[in-house]
Amino acid sequence: MTSSNHVQPNRLQNGGRIDRSQPVTFEYNNKTYPGFVGDTLASAMLANGIDVVGRSFKYSRPRGIIAAGADEPNAVLQLGATEATQVPNVRATQQELFHGLVAKSTNGWPSTDNDLMSYVGKVGGRMMPPGFYYKTFMYPQSLWDTYEGFIRKAAGLGRSPVENDPDIYDQINHHCDVMVVGAGPAGLSAALAAARTGARVILADEQAEFGGMLLHSDELIDGQPAQQWVSRVVGELVGLENVTLLPRSTVNGYHDHNFLTIHERRTDHLGDLAPKGQVRQRMHRVRAAWVVLASGAIERPLVYANNDVPGCMLASAVSTYIKRYAVVPGNQLVLMTTNDQGYQAALDWHDAGRKVVAIVDTRAEPTGACVLEAQRRGIELIKGSAVIEAKGSKRVNGVSVAAINASGERVTGNIRSLFCDTLASAGGWSPAVHLSCHTGSRPEWREDVQAFVPGKTVQKQLTAGAINGSYRLSACLEEGVRQGVLAAANAGFGQQSDDIVEIPSVDGEVEQTAPMALFHVPHTKPTSRAPKQFVDYQTDVTAAGIELATREGFESIEHVKRYTAMGFGTDQGKLGNINGMAIAAKSMNKSIPETGTTIFRPNYTPITFGAIAGRNCGELFDPKRYSAMHRWHVENGAKFEDVGQWKRPWYFPKPGESMQDALNRECLATRESVGILDASTLGKIDIQGKDAREFLGRVYTNAWAKLGVGKCRYGLMCGEDGMVFDDGVTACLAENHFVMTTTTGGAARVLEWLELYHQTEWPELEVYFNTVTDQWSTLTISGPNSRKLLSELTDDIDLSGDNFKFMDWREGTVAGVPARVFRISFTGELSFEVNVQSNYGMQVWEKVFEAGKKYNLTPYGTETMHILRAEKGFIIAGQDTDGSVTPMDLGMGWCVANNKPFSYIGKRGMAREDCVKPNRKQLVGLKTKDPQKVIPEGSQAVADPNQPIPMTMLGHVTSSYYSACLGHSIAMGFVRGGLDKMGESVYYPQADGSVIEAEICSPIFLDPKGERQNV
Amino acid sequence: MSNLNINPQDSAVTDLDTAFKPDCAQMRQTPVQAEAGQAPRAESPLYHADLASMAAKGPLEGGVQLQELSLLGHLVIRGSLDNPAFVDGFAQVMGFALPGKLASVEQGDASVRWIAPDEWLLVVPGNEAFELEGRLRELMAGHFSIVNVSGGQTILQLSGPDAVKVLKKSTGYDLHDRNFPVGKVVTTTFAKTQAVIRRLDAQQWELVIRRSFADYVWLWLQDASAEYGLIVRG
Amino acid sequence: MFLIYCPHCEEHREEEEFHAKGQAHIARPLDPDNCTDEEWAQFLYFRDNPRGLHHELWVHASGCRKFFNITRDTQSYEIKETYKVGEQPGVTAAKSA
Repeated sequence: MTSSNHVQPNRLQNGGRIDRSQPVTFEYNNKTYPGFVGDTLASAMLANGIDVVGRSFKYSRPRGIIAAGADEPNAVLQLGATEATQVPNVRATQQELFHGLVAKSTNGWPSTDNDLMSYVGKVGGRMMPPGFYYKTFMYPQSLWDTYEGFIRKAAGLGRSPVENDPDIYDQINHHCDVMVVGAGPAGLSAALAAARTGARVILADEQAEFGGMLLHSDELIDGQPAQQWVSRVVGELVGLENVTLLPRSTVNGYHDHNFLTIHERRTDHLGDLAPKGQVRQRMHRVRAAWVVLASGAIERPLVYANNDVPGCMLASAVSTYIKRYAVVPGNQLVLMTTNDQGYQAALDWHDAGRKVVAIVDTRAEPTGACVLEAQRRGIELIKGSAVIEAKGSKRVNGVSVAAINASGERVTGNIRSLFCDTLASAGGWSPAVHLSCHTGSRPEWREDVQAFVPGKTVQKQLTAGAINGSYRLSACLEEGVRQGVLAAANAGFGQQSDDIVEIPSVDGEVEQTAPMALFHVPHTKPTSRAPKQFVDYQTDVTAAGIELATREGFESIEHVKRYTAMGFGTDQGKLGNINGMAIAAKSMNKSIPETGTTIFRPNYTPITFGAIAGRNCGELFDPKRYSAMHRWHVENGAKFEDVGQWKRPWYFPKPGESMQDALNRECLATRESVGILDASTLGKIDIQGKDAREFLGRVYTNAWAKLGVGKCRYGLMCGEDGMVFDDGVTACLAENHFVMTTTTGGAARVLEWLELYHQTEWPELEVYFNTVTDQWSTLTISGPNSRKLLSELTDDIDLSGDNFKFMDWREGTVAGVPARVFRISFTGELSFEVNVQSNYGMQVWEKVFEAGKKYNLTPYGTETMHILRAEKGFIIAGQDTDGSVTPMDLGMGWCVANNKPFSYIGKRGMAREDCVKPNRKQLVGLKTKDPQKVIPEGSQAVADPNQPIPMTMLGHVTSSYYSACLGHSIAMGFVRGGLDKMGESVYYPQADGSVIEAEICSPIFLDPKGERQNV
Repeated sequence: MSNLNINPQDSAVTDLDTAFKPDCAQMRQTPVQAEAGQAPRAESPLYHADLASMAAKGPLEGGVQLQELSLLGHLVIRGSLDNPAFVDGFAQVMGFALPGKLASVEQGDASVRWIAPDEWLLVVPGNEAFELEGRLRELMAGHFSIVNVSGGQTILQLSGPDAVKVLKKSTGYDLHDRNFPVGKVVTTTFAKTQAVIRRLDAQQWELVIRRSFADYVWLWLQDASAEYGLIVRG
Repeated sequence: MFLIYCPHCEEHREEEEFHAKGQAHIARPLDPDNCTDEEWAQFLYFRDNPRGLHHELWVHASGCRKFFNITRDTQSYEIKETYKVGEQPGVTAAKSA
């Protein structure tokens, strides 16, 4: 057990932006370490001298922390103190330290320090070229699951928790005039310039503090230390109500039409769980008029032999750790650089009081001011040379340095060995063009800065600072101000004029001398023979691997990427891609622009599923729609079925009843006395207008011209292809007024369908459509006693069979509430559908039950409804139809009018050659030989169950139930040419090898003459 | 599908028959109050949530206030602004004109919201809807429709300093003063359903929602306002 | 996520308010009964799939419920214009070529 007072060997006594008054402890791989509030997990690990943070994906080599930000490929850890709070894929460089943080390394099995796979990696290294996994593990296919499990376990990509996440994640929408991405010098000045115009500005940065590189810079802005300038600007922005500041917020996606998604980590820095009542992470969905990308640049590591040994780091990261976190990640430093900026790491290291062994500059004659600074400190400078190889396994213990030629293509001098424990490399900068790529823009190569910068875009997008390859602070500040002003002006705020712009000045800025373009450090041996020179750390892609890929004929950079897996890691190759492309280009003797670059896709860094889901989970995952009588259904024990988003009663079991028991009881009660169904969910569309009747005739297959007021009619609706897509009853309320019903699931679709034809084809027809689905509660009272029951509840509707015929509707009062009563039937029984305004639905439903007691009024749900209608051979659109059946296929030719003057929708489609050919699949009834056997729905029909597999299938069962009323099973299904095969047998082979035999019959099993409903 | 053989404007103009009186079935949907105490019970879409009890018990502090304006009369009015018999008929009955694009008018107990170029939502006290529909039908002519949807939707009022934040979590529409001044009305997405949103005041908003989605919206609003504190008004 | 200008509401709205309904300007034949099977199949099934400008029919489903047309670049996803049903596009491949 290590106490919090334990010495942090690499922690400096002074400096940094950590809060030394708030010491904390954290756990890494079951050991406890001290740190401070203000640390990242990575800085605290380095302070404690933790070298190995994981094992590499393919070769299982020990890896250490390389970077200090989102570009970190190795320190990708599993976080969480409990099972429920596990978070995989957390970059230690971006995780702020809190007291009690628990982290584990993920790459390494069985343990990071002693990894079985490393022997495979070392011994088999040469045997594992790119494509190794594809080539080795692809066959036989049946073993892929085994291979994949092994690879995943070995690679250790982190794991998901197996318990529910207790934290809250949510989403919020924003609109702004100027969205500034990145709060470094360019972003801050852009945001301030835009904000001062009054434009709505959002400024987001992935770090806890705004300022970017200024947080560890020694430069002076307007005569003040850079940090003071940052405080001043942030202070002003905080005070502006038109500005939204989002720290700890990564702009992860830049989508079409300036839509951006921002992942804010609100409490990840506070503890394992979010404080009670607080949202852990929030996804901001931003629609911006203009976007200023000031996302900066990412330093490129140099590619040399064994460049992955822990202790090999980015030069800028070394500076960041020293200046911002007061952590020197080693004792003796060798710095290799191709440019002036790289020197800063060595100067900072020296100033922190530790030894700089040497600066190795790959340029033959570096002349910048930085050289003088190094000399002033007495640091040895080795010019025209490179570190061609690092030594050590779990930590660097030395380097080999040799002179190289001016183009950096070969070693020209003798090898000199230096002892050190840290090797920082500075290979130049790659602008963070990721977001600009998300919208499809291809980056463009700029020779002068040796980097890809954002390419042409169709977005309303500007860029400022290092993303443009502008690396000088003064340039970043100036571009920031100018682009901020321009973005605001483009969005309609302020004027785009130079004189209102005040550009901060940078004092004593020194001129940078030219960097050297070096993407691959030569070795004395050819690349294929030299120790591994890693390009992409996370996917273990080496320079040799890329050269091999091009030799094997992968010439497109996109193919090289997929073959080698370069850029496929969770870091998307932030460090490696540019080096890799340059190496591929060189190996193909092409220029970098000729070779091009792969592009980046959202998300910039991994996002939790919680943030993606937001509040659309649990009870709020999908809306649940309820009828006005839902409370009664719940109180009376209904089981519910999802129909679209509706919760419909499925059946109402009594205590001790099985589902089949309940269905049998509900069916028999309805057929023998009276049952009631909540049919409120059926779609209902109010249709008014002079041409309403004409319109109905065009969208239904049957005739509507003569339907009188007070009458209802069933209609089939087809697509232009002649296939049935919905059905329902429509009532003529008045000469210019109809109400149409649709299936529950089809309501919205049918309304949109009617509007489509009205608005685009027949705008001359005077008709309006409005949904009234929610307006009416529909109580279907069905059964021989339905008339008697209803007569007790109404005194102003004549319910007699003579005056209120089948397919009539009447208006009156039911249970004291105004109602429209439709005498229509989906059960084949005498049946009344009572429609009342939904505010009274529950009241009427209860009154019906009060009166219905003496008739044993039985509530039934959708399942009994399905059985009762199947006994009558009534179809359900969507169950007995699937978009490939015509009315004729359903045996419903009676519902098709061929003599209507207008060629209604579906008419021409039904007449197509294929639709009129004989022997189509037709809907028939099916009676099983064994009356108790219910054919599973979906079973396929065959003529001969003994034929060899694959059998010739004749159709399938669409509806199948046990009918308590009939005492045997009933089914409907399609059989090829079935209408001409009455009485013949078909067979339904089952998965268990059994075969169910059924006789083809009429689908009307009960009361074929309709005597029960016409009483 | 989009037939360019027909120009809808032309055909609409030629066919415009402003003398025509559509024959529609107007229906009184609410019971005539016979005797006091005998009136059938009406349940608004959020009846089951018992907001009155919640209001009595609930917290008295919070950044968001919610109230259901239940059992009002909702009439959907459809017609063309090119039809003077429709436009004038409305103005004669209501005493004010139909509002233009994305606008609303409120006068006394009545308020009307623009929904679409040929559609408005008129809200009046629940017991006035039937008579009002009759008067409108009497004074309007030509092609129009009126649909009583009083049972199919309800109105929620959301107010307080944090109400706008709750709305920002719920809709992608821009609620900023510049884009959404007082009186404006938009029909848009709301969580996974939709709502007609009207701004009543700097910090006061109105949502018209469908009955079957009311419980979902209620759950959503409680959740979205939890961090600010929700005060339910009875 | 597109930002779409509804020509009926006369303002931009989020894509989630709209439904895409396929290629625009597919006119239903005026006399379907006298179409050949080939002609009917053309109307029913055959659609353009251009790389570049495309005219599409959309509906403001969660807004005013009105249909309208969009001219959209299928490569850049830029929306060049929106216009009402019955109107002709102002931006076409022929014009921009």
